[in-house]
Amino acid sequence: MASATTHDHAHGEHHGHYPGFAARWLFSTNHKDIGTLYLIFAAVASLIGGGLSMIMRAQLMYPGQHIVENGQIWNTIVTAHGLIMIFFVVMPALIGGFGNWFVPLMIGAPDMAFPRLNNISFWLLVPALALVCTGLLMGESGSGWTLYPPLSNAMYEPGPGMDFTLFALHLAGISSLLGAINFITTIFNMRAPGMTLHKMPLFVWGMLVTAFLLLLSIPVLAGAITMLITDRNFGTTFFDPQGGGDPVLFQHLFWFFGHPEVYIMILPAFGIISHIVSTFSRKPVFGYLGMAYAMVAIGVVGFVVWAHHMFVSGMDVDTRAYFMAATLVIAVPTGVKIFSWIATMWGGAIEMTVPMLWAVGFIFVFTIGGVTGVVLANAGIDQIVHNTYYVIAHFHYVLSLGAVFGIFAGIYYWIGKMTGRPFPEFWARVHFWMFFVGVNLTFFPMHFLGLAGMPRRYPDYPEAFAGWNYVSSIGAYIAGLSALVFFYVMFRTFTSKERLGENYWGEGATTLEWTVSSPPPFHTYEELPLIR
Amino acid sequence: MRFLGRRFAVFASLLTGAMGGAMGLARSALAQAPKPWEMDMQPGFSPVKRDIIGLHDFVLVIITLITLLVGALLVWVLYRYNAKRNPEPSRTSHNTLIEVLWTVLPILILVIIAIPSFRLVYYEDRTHDPALTIKVTAHQWYWEYGYPDQGGLDIESRIIPDSQIKPGQMRLLEVDNPLVVPVGKDIRILTTSTDVIHSFFIPSLGVQRYAIPGRSIETWVRVEKPGRYYGECNQVCGMNHSQMPIVVEALSEADFKAWAAKAKAQEQTSEIAPAKPGDDRLAAADGLTNEARR
Repeated sequence: MASATTHDHAHGEHHGHYPGFAARWLFSTNHKDIGTLYLIFAAVASLIGGGLSMIMRAQLMYPGQHIVENGQIWNTIVTAHGLIMIFFVVMPALIGGFGNWFVPLMIGAPDMAFPRLNNISFWLLVPALALVCTGLLMGESGSGWTLYPPLSNAMYEPGPGMDFTLFALHLAGISSLLGAINFITTIFNMRAPGMTLHKMPLFVWGMLVTAFLLLLSIPVLAGAITMLITDRNFGTTFFDPQGGGDPVLFQHLFWFFGHPEVYIMILPAFGIISHIVSTFSRKPVFGYLGMAYAMVAIGVVGFVVWAHHMFVSGMDVDTRAYFMAATLVIAVPTGVKIFSWIATMWGGAIEMTVPMLWAVGFIFVFTIGGVTGVVLANAGIDQIVHNTYYVIAHFHYVLSLGAVFGIFAGIYYWIGKMTGRPFPEFWARVHFWMFFVGVNLTFFPMHFLGLAGMPRRYPDYPEAFAGWNYVSSIGAYIAGLSALVFFYVMFRTFTSKERLGENYWGEGATTLEWTVSSPPPFHTYEELPLIR
Repeated sequence: MRFLGRRFAVFASLLTGAMGGAMGLARSALAQAPKPWEMDMQPGFSPVKRDIIGLHDFVLVIITLITLLVGALLVWVLYRYNAKRNPEPSRTSHNTLIEVLWTVLPILILVIIAIPSFRLVYYEDRTHDPALTIKVTAHQWYWEYGYPDQGGLDIESRIIPDSQIKPGQMRLLEVDNPLVVPVGKDIRILTTSTDVIHSFFIPSLGVQRYAIPGRSIETWVRVEKPGRYYGECNQVCGMNHSQMPIVVEALSEADFKAWAAKAKAQEQTSEIAPAKPGDDRLAAADGLTNEARR
């Protein structure tokens, strides 16, 4: 380790000296290069995960269709869509991509604490995605992303495709865990002199809380899927009632991981949105400490609400009442964040740049997703909307709209920093409006379908649900087309002849990454910046 | 308990034809299923569902107001504090009063929501003096309804496949043998499963519980009006998850008793003896792999 560090230093002294292709991209130890790899990986995975959603919306556009051959293949597609979007798109983009790129830049650290650990965190994801895709192509992992046994047991999913999927989660889990250790160590030990925790940028706060959530929740998932793997292959009966096991135990373990997981996906986006809102209002973030500790509170409370996913699993009524109350509490710190963003804009000099469009869009769609969460938190109401399209609408509003809006906001905010090139303004706006209209048209009608009682994970449905499903599919196609516009925007950006300066957003952008050139040199902060 | 479910499985085909006819006589006009372009919850025909609708309507008003407030604030700040209209930004970054307010007010709103919510959760839980019990056993991919209070009557309910749908019937919602219940009685529902997890879900009656192998989960319903109420399996259970709908047929008490006596008589006069545990046919059924079921 020590020798590696000196070696890196030796490199840095030759300014502009980059290692060869294999050394730079395959054996990468540079946080910016690894961040780039993560972002490319997320873009590739999004084509698979997004392609699956196009197949799903095509199948559901009319009742009685047969684009997807049968229910088993349908279930496999649903499973792969969920797992790919969560583990291979949103997490790599927000945590691995922006986290690696900007945590060191924002805290004034030369790199991550463990550069080689960082490298393996990334490369573990590649086989993990390959394994999920194998499970998908074999058509043998139709359990839903929640993997509930007995459906995921050897009896009902006998093929190895299910095992591939479980091992994929192990690999992705190890990747996240190593990444989390790296982020925690970096943030605690490598902040520039003078940067106390209470001066740390909010994106770094978001990443810190996210890393702790990963550290505490991933091992529980790992335990659960290990037990599932031994149930499937080695004759144990942890989750099989015929051997004294309990299927509900798996649900508890899964959601003890699964609920923090949704905050893992949204907290980094919270941080990005705070920076963008502050930059383009030319005002400091309103209620900085409240914002930071709201994220901490969301993280802490996020660990004690998991069983609200299990309100109809036959838990005791007092337990349901507790989990309902605890879940409602999360609305308070979330509300603090929404109102603080608006207060940051209040009195500012707002410029509606493309990243600001995405940030304002985020605040609005996240509010919609948040308030339907209050409906779902009510165990009494959830009795009738649990597992319906209302739930689908809710979590796509906070993730497919919330977290993904955060990703796009981050890309447009930082792409100039990462590449040194500007994006084409007009097409970026076209992308925003197409995506905004498309996803709202896709997911808003799902509230109606869910209230009317349409169950999730159905490849076919009674004719009564046809109307809103048709609207939803049209919306999905618009959102799908917007992806083409996005890739065109990226193509234009990367081929642009123009070059950007250090701080192309002006005086509102105050964090440290705006003090280095665009793109930053291979090694940044060889002399540590001093924070006032 | 798991064996109980299988014991009467062999009657399914016999009961299918006979009871279909019996149902025809008693069929009422009310058929509660989802409607095209429906935007709200299905209407409620049980006290629980009416309470759910009441609470949902109340919460919906609150969340709509919150969303409109946030939307209006966003529009206002984007209009009023646009760089063109307000070129000099303020440097305000703290205001203790407003920060306390936007923490405390949401807490108060949540308390207001929580009070009726707690009441509803406890009301939904169970009925303490049921008039009868119905045991719902889920299978891949059909439902089995046991009536321990009607002499152990046991029926199976399977979807009417698309190829046999008659005009006027709803695809993916109709079954051969509905779950017949008396109107106006508190009915205890016990769900379980013999294979994977399913969910017993009837939107218009406010009923939903998972059916989990090795567990018996309790809930209750009181159907207030004679009629047919449609539901579906609501937890992914394999290939034919969308092919195991639920139909509840609520009859007046007299009609229900007549139906139960007739169904029981048919069950007893049937020529096939109930299979015993250990029977070859059961063993064969147990040995069915998932592959074969597909």
